[in-house]
Amino acid sequence: MESTGIIPRLEVSYPDDVLHSYQYCGQDVVLTRKKHILDICSFIRDQCAMNHLMFLCAVDNSRRKEAIGKNEYERFEVVYQFYSMTTKHSIRIRAQVPDDDCSIESITSLWPGADCLERECFDLMGIHFSSHPDLRRILMPEDWKGHPLRKEYPLRGIGEWAGYETLKEKSLELRTFDYRSSQKGNE
Amino acid sequence: MSRKISFNCPVQAGDEDRYRIQMGPQHPATHGVLRVDLDLDGEIIRKCNPHVGYLHRGFEKLAEHRTYVQNLVLTDRLDYMAAMANNVGYCEAVEKLLAIEVPQRSRYLRTMVCEMARLASHLLWLATHALDIGAMTVFLYCFREREELLEIFAELCGSRLTNTYTRLGGVRQDVTHSIMMKLEKFVDSFPSNLEEYETLIDTNRIWLKRTIDVGTVGADEAVGLCLTGASLRGSGVDYDIRKHFPYAAYDFMDFEVPLGETGDTYARYRCRIEEMLQSNSILRQCIERMPPGPIIGDDAPDLIMPNKPGRKVEVDVPAQQSLIKLVEDRETFMEGDVYVATEVPKGELGFYFVSDGNGTPYRMHIRSPSFLHISALKTMAKGSMLADLIAIIGTLDVVLGECDR
Repeated sequence: MESTGIIPRLEVSYPDDVLHSYQYCGQDVVLTRKKHILDICSFIRDQCAMNHLMFLCAVDNSRRKEAIGKNEYERFEVVYQFYSMTTKHSIRIRAQVPDDDCSIESITSLWPGADCLERECFDLMGIHFSSHPDLRRILMPEDWKGHPLRKEYPLRGIGEWAGYETLKEKSLELRTFDYRSSQKGNE
Repeated sequence: MSRKISFNCPVQAGDEDRYRIQMGPQHPATHGVLRVDLDLDGEIIRKCNPHVGYLHRGFEKLAEHRTYVQNLVLTDRLDYMAAMANNVGYCEAVEKLLAIEVPQRSRYLRTMVCEMARLASHLLWLATHALDIGAMTVFLYCFREREELLEIFAELCGSRLTNTYTRLGGVRQDVTHSIMMKLEKFVDSFPSNLEEYETLIDTNRIWLKRTIDVGTVGADEAVGLCLTGASLRGSGVDYDIRKHFPYAAYDFMDFEVPLGETGDTYARYRCRIEEMLQSNSILRQCIERMPPGPIIGDDAPDLIMPNKPGRKVEVDVPAQQSLIKLVEDRETFMEGDVYVATEVPKGELGFYFVSDGNGTPYRMHIRSPSFLHISALKTMAKGSMLADLIAIIGTLDVVLGECDR
């Protein structure tokens, strides 16, 4: 794939935010700071005609070999992949999110479809998206403790879901409940 | 025994006229375990809040602890209507990461099974979508056709739904003469069968009333909502991964991408019907042009089967080590990240891999179309009638196994 020319434009427009850029398997990737991510995304959408958000996910860098001992990497990163349906170019943005300030600006104002993806990142990785309209857990139960995709979270989990026992009791209780007994109770 | 059941539904002040309805997760028209919380004003939906996660199995976490070869079986359980297409999507992504070359014959075989999966999935979609809206007959006809395809899958790889047919670097088994004959028979009869379904619903007055101007999405809005697949093309956006990022043998195939104009449920229905005809034509091209040759590449990683009890295996290498050894030899397994998307029947299925130079993925993210389509449901259902929600869920073609992962 030929160079798309977007990386130099990004470097010129946001010199403080772009940390590093490279190409791997023919895909353009840019490492950025998280501070102006909303501006960068809107620049990519409006100036570079990248209208399609392919995916958005979060990565835990704590055990990543290439990240260990390097200043430009933080504990987490949020990865955005954009694609232009007209020019057929794509670019990946890896915004670094530190552990002590685990939040990043939401891009739901630009792509309403990012709503669920950001909720998923919050749920599984614990990254807070500021100015997100409805940031709740999405895949795990709402009262779940911990964020499963973090590297320190064990594969088999940290015990049963708190609501499980009550749910089990309730289902046993409801087993004895039928139409006739409800009629009796009302008399 | 006396017991009273209380429903805990707090109603805000000034909101007393509204109905709150919880649709699902066992509702037959939600295509799985989708729960939708609705705020109704009469019959009009004021607020729609989909809840997912009932089928969450943590594939992304699980994948970090298994090798690339082992993870292949997880992809069958994503979109279980078209497991073949998921297998191909996963293998294409890993092959790009590991730089494995795929022989031409298995590329054609992959294209063939992908299109068969597309037909099977679209037939099931048409059956259930029509059933939701009230046309029972179509359901029975579609299952008849789908059965033929599943029979071919069973003969090809031994299972009907969770196929695991592809392998890294090729496919598992070659086609036999009998499979090709059956497929050819299917391809010959399919267009006339499809016409039959169209006579049932295409100009049916009830069908038209239930689909035209229902769940309309404009082109820009659809792109913003991250819709993909036929749901996006119904709005007239020309975006098909098979054309934009050709994989398998789609480069050599001659096919068109059908587009809708109006972006309503009827346009998406027409898109999928046309897509089925295109798939049929791709299948025919595959049969005619199938090149000879090997079905698996020379540098494909070995599958190491678990030991059977009572059988002594001399060399006992864990699969992970074998993969590491293999990639160390070729020195192509570097640290990096790669995203590869493929066009599955539901839309764009993408795999994002972060590789750490290890035999297992450091991070695997699955971009599932159904997850984003359910996210769009919130916007699409707002302001429509309650009965139309069923049509909108049907037209988005979601499958919860893929949504929840």
